[in-house]
Amino acid sequence: MGLNTLWFILIGVLFTGFFILEGFDYGVGILLRVLGKNDEERRAIINTIGPVWDANEVWLLTAGGAMFAAFPNWYATLFSGFYLALFLMLAALIVRGVAFEFRSKDQHPRWRDLWDWAIAVGSFVPALLWGVAMSNIVRGVPIDAKMQYVGGFFNLLNPYALLGGVAGLGVFTLHGALFLALRTDGEVRRRAEALANRLWPIVLIVGAATVVASYFATDIFQRLGVNPGISALGAGAAFLIGGWLIRQGRFGWAFAMTALTIALTVVTTFRGLYPRVMVSSLNPDWSLTITNASSSPYTLQVMTIVALIFVPIVLAYQAWNYWVFRARITGKSALKY
Amino acid sequence: MDSLLIARWQFAITTVYHFFFVPLTLGLSILVAIMQTIWVRTGNETYRRMTRFWGKLFLINFAMGVVTGIVQEFQFGMNWSEYSRFVGDIFGAPLAIEALLAFFMESTFLGMWLFGWDRLPKRVHLATIWLVALGSNLSALWILIANSFMQEPMGYVLRNGRAEMVDFAALIANPHVWVQWPHVFFSGLTTAGFFMLGIVAWRLLRKETDMAFARQSFQVAAVAALVGSVMVGLVGHSQAQHMVQVQPMKMAAAEALWNTEQPASMSLFTIGDMKNRRDVFAIRVPALLSILSCNNTSCAVQGINELQAAYEKKYGPGDYMPFVVLIYWSFRAMVGAGLLMVLLAAWALVRVARDRIAGPSWLLRILPFALFLPYIANTTGWIMTELGRQPWIVFGVLKTEDAVSPTVSGGMVLASAVLFTLLYGVLMAADVYLLAKYAKAAPADVAADVVPAWA
Repeated sequence: MGLNTLWFILIGVLFTGFFILEGFDYGVGILLRVLGKNDEERRAIINTIGPVWDANEVWLLTAGGAMFAAFPNWYATLFSGFYLALFLMLAALIVRGVAFEFRSKDQHPRWRDLWDWAIAVGSFVPALLWGVAMSNIVRGVPIDAKMQYVGGFFNLLNPYALLGGVAGLGVFTLHGALFLALRTDGEVRRRAEALANRLWPIVLIVGAATVVASYFATDIFQRLGVNPGISALGAGAAFLIGGWLIRQGRFGWAFAMTALTIALTVVTTFRGLYPRVMVSSLNPDWSLTITNASSSPYTLQVMTIVALIFVPIVLAYQAWNYWVFRARITGKSALKY
Repeated sequence: MDSLLIARWQFAITTVYHFFFVPLTLGLSILVAIMQTIWVRTGNETYRRMTRFWGKLFLINFAMGVVTGIVQEFQFGMNWSEYSRFVGDIFGAPLAIEALLAFFMESTFLGMWLFGWDRLPKRVHLATIWLVALGSNLSALWILIANSFMQEPMGYVLRNGRAEMVDFAALIANPHVWVQWPHVFFSGLTTAGFFMLGIVAWRLLRKETDMAFARQSFQVAAVAALVGSVMVGLVGHSQAQHMVQVQPMKMAAAEALWNTEQPASMSLFTIGDMKNRRDVFAIRVPALLSILSCNNTSCAVQGINELQAAYEKKYGPGDYMPFVVLIYWSFRAMVGAGLLMVLLAAWALVRVARDRIAGPSWLLRILPFALFLPYIANTTGWIMTELGRQPWIVFGVLKTEDAVSPTVSGGMVLASAVLFTLLYGVLMAADVYLLAKYAKAAPADVAADVVPAWA
C-alpha cells in the first residue's frame, strides 16, 4: 500500500473519529433546550460533554491539518469551493464553543437563555452542513481542469445533498440522545430515552431514503459492486440492531451501535470515493485524486512517521479522559459549566 | 470588488483578534501552573485561591483563543487556495503537527484540569495544568515554524510548479524560528504579568478584602512581567539583527530609511513622503541604527531605494516597498510599549522588594491602564512582521497577489469579513464583561464556584 492510500485512510479515520465524538456533542447541543426544561437540567446536559467537547473538536482541526499536509489540492479546492458553507459552519462553531464556557458564568436568565440558543443553533448548523458537504463530495461538484470549483453557493444546496444533510442531522441527534441516556439521570435520562425511541424510526426512513437516493445521485454503488461490502451492509445492520436495543432499553449498547453506524458510513463513503478525493461533475478526468492532489513522497514520509508516533499517544490520553469522567452526571455532581 | 484587498483585511482582522487571546493563554497557563505547584508543595491556601481565581480568568480567555483558532486553520484553504496549493507540501505539515501534537494535548488536559478538581489525585491534577501550558507553548512553536517558512523559506525546492519540502529538519532548524518563538514566548509571559498586575492594582485601589491573595499575586506577576519584558527586548534585539540580514526591506521600512547609509542613523520621528520615497521632516540620531543592526558604529544599512533596485534586478519589475507608514509606526509603538513595560515592571518589583504594595501609589493608578501595553505591543509586532514582508506572502518565492483564491468573489469575502467582524465584536463585549466580573469577585467565592450575580 502506497503512502497516498495510507493518508487517504488516515484522513478517513480522523473524520470517523470526529463524526463519532463530535456527533454526540452536536446531538447533545441540539437537544439542550428540548430535553433540559430548567436551568439545572440544562447544566447537567452541558456538563456531560464538558470535559471532552473541546478535544473532540480537535479531531476536525487535525483532519483539516492532515488534508492540508497530505493533499494540499484537496484542502484548497474544498475549502475555497465551499466558501460560504464553511463560513457558516465556522461561525456556528465559534458561538457554540464560547457558549459552553460562558453560559453558566452569569446567573441572569436572559444571559443563559441567549447562550443556550447559541449552543443549540451552533450545534444544529454544523450537524446539518456536514451531511450536505459529504453528499456533495461524493455526488460530484463542478470542478474544472485546473482543480478550481466553478459552481456557486446554491449548487451545493441540491436535493440529494440536503437529504444527506438531514440524514446526518438525524443520526447525530439520535447519537446524542443515546449519549445523554447513558450519562444523565432522573428526568433528563427518561426524556432522552423516550426521545431516542421516537427518533429512531424517523432517522431510519431518512437514512434509507438517502441510501436509495445515492443509487441515483452518485456512482458509489456502481463502484462498490452488487455486493457493496461489509462496511455498507454493516452500517445498515448496526443501525437496525441499534433500534432493537433501544426497544430493549439497552441504551449503552444502542449508543455503541450508532457509533458503529457512523463509522461504517464514513468508511463506505471513503471506499466509494477512492482513489478520488473530490468528484468533478464536469469531467471524470478532472476529479481530484489521491495522486494529483497529494503532497510529495518526502512530505508524506515525514508525516507518516509523525502520525505513527503521536496518534497512539493521543488516543491513549483521550481514552483516559473518558475513563476518568465515565460516571453519570447526577444531582450530586459538581457542575463546572 | 477587489477580493484580494478584502481577503487581506479579513485575514488581518481575524488574526489580530485571535492573537489578542493567544499570548495571555501562553503566559497565564504557566503562571497558573506555577501557583498550583506552590499550593501543592506548600499547602499554602492563598495559592489555592490564586490558582482558582486566575484559572477562571484563564478559562474565559482560553475559550476565545480556541474558537478563533479554528478559523485560522481553515482560512488558508478558504481565502488563500493558491497559496495552499503552492506551499501546502511544506506549510501543511507544521499545521497538522500542531493539531496532533499540541492542540490535542492542551484541549484534552484543559478539560481534565477544569473537571478534575475533585476527581483526580492532587499531583495528577497538577500535571494536567502543566500539560496545558506545555501544549499551548508547543502549539505556538509549530505555528511559528510555519510562519518562519513564510519569512525565511528553507528546506524546499521549486518542483512540479510548487514548493516541495526536501528537508524537514531545516524547516525546524530555521534560525528565524529560534528568534521568533522566544520572542512570542516571553511576550506571553509579559502579557500575563501585566494582566495580573493591572487587575491586582485595580482591586487594591477598590479596597481589596483578600490582602494575602493580592500581595502574592502581585509578587508573581511582577517577577513574570520583568523577566518577560526584559527577555522580549533582548530577544527582539537579536531578532532585529537577524531581520537586517534576511529581510532588509522590513528593517528599512521600520526605520523609514530611504537610502543606504553608512553609518546608518536612526529615526526618532519621521514624516515621510511614500510616493517620492523621501523625508518631509525627520529627527535622526547618527550611527544609532548601525549600532542596533550590527553592534558597531560604522556598518552600512541598506535603504528602501537601493533594495527596490536590487529586487527589481533579482525578481523582475514590480513594487517591492511595503506600506512604510504603518510599519514605521507599528515598530515604534511596539518598542515604546516594550520599554515602558520594562520600567513599570522594575518599579513594581521594587515595591514588592520594599513590601510596599498595598498603599495607594502612582504605580497602582498606572497599572490598570498598563494592562493594554502588552496588547498594543503584541498587535503592532505582528502588523510589522506580516506587513513588512509584503508584497511577498512567502519571502522571495510567492507574492500575496498570486496566493488568493481565484474562485472566491469579492462579494463573498466581503460578506464573510463583515460578519466575522460583527460576530467578533459581540463576543469581545461578552468576553470583557465576564473578565471584569470575575476580576472583581472575591477569590474565595471564585474558588468555591459561588460568584454572586452583579449588574
